[in-house]
Amino acid sequence: MIETFAALAEPTRFRIVELLGTGTFTVNEICEHLALGQPQVSKHLRVLKDVALVDVEPRAQQRFYTLNAPSFRQLHDWLEGYRQVWERRFDALDELLIELDVHKGTDQ
Amino acid sequence: MSEKTTEQLINNATQVERLSDRELIIRRTFQARPHIVFGAMTRPELFKRWFAPQAMGATFVDCMFDVRVGGTYRYVFGRPGEPSAAFSGTYREVIDGKRLVYTQIFEPRVADGEGVITATFEVQGTATRFTQRELYPSKAVLDFALSSGMERGMRETLEQLETLVQSLN
Repeated sequence: MIETFAALAEPTRFRIVELLGTGTFTVNEICEHLALGQPQVSKHLRVLKDVALVDVEPRAQQRFYTLNAPSFRQLHDWLEGYRQVWERRFDALDELLIELDVHKGTDQ
Repeated sequence: MSEKTTEQLINNATQVERLSDRELIIRRTFQARPHIVFGAMTRPELFKRWFAPQAMGATFVDCMFDVRVGGTYRYVFGRPGEPSAAFSGTYREVIDGKRLVYTQIFEPRVADGEGVITATFEVQGTATRFTQRELYPSKAVLDFALSSGMERGMRETLEQLETLVQSLN
């Protein structure tokens, strides 16, 4: 999990992941979209593949890159617990705000 | 008013995003004007009423906020059967109803160092878009904060399951 975050923390890799979120791409297509060199993109893709954020699918002579859905599901679950803590708090805050709004009357 | 439409629920959903290994962002819209939300987050008698909701199993022991640049704050809460723990820090920027920047340490783990929290309150019609950016002292500290969140989230899920099972009896 830590390795996954470290892999994502690199800005270029994050851009690649964002692009792959929109579909399936070859290395050359990724280079074109992000205006990056092929060796650089290949290097980043290797890191993303090592932490299972990205899958490769060979088709004919080409290799297509996609996001690995289960890994993103796992990342989501990790943040979800923290999100739930804040959601609970903010739901309680919503109720307090309604009360403050009512007491405030028409002075707005 | 009390019944939320689907659109409002989506609008009001709490979003948490990890921006980097040390940074997290929390976003939420509140149906009240910024100065009211700001007050609810900085006045002890109001803060106590929402920050540790009973449903989370935490109880508030104490809190104080000296909301001015250089002023300090501290809040202490506990859980049944656990020693109480405190967060504390110093305000670096205070713009009433708009923006708060403050440092934060978790006292039981003071050696971890301090984080910096930037909270902004943007007016959106009669509502407030609240954004809290949390910069942690290290990746390990953010991972720790998230892992404690996950644990709590799981605990809540288990509690909900228990309630469901009881209702099926």
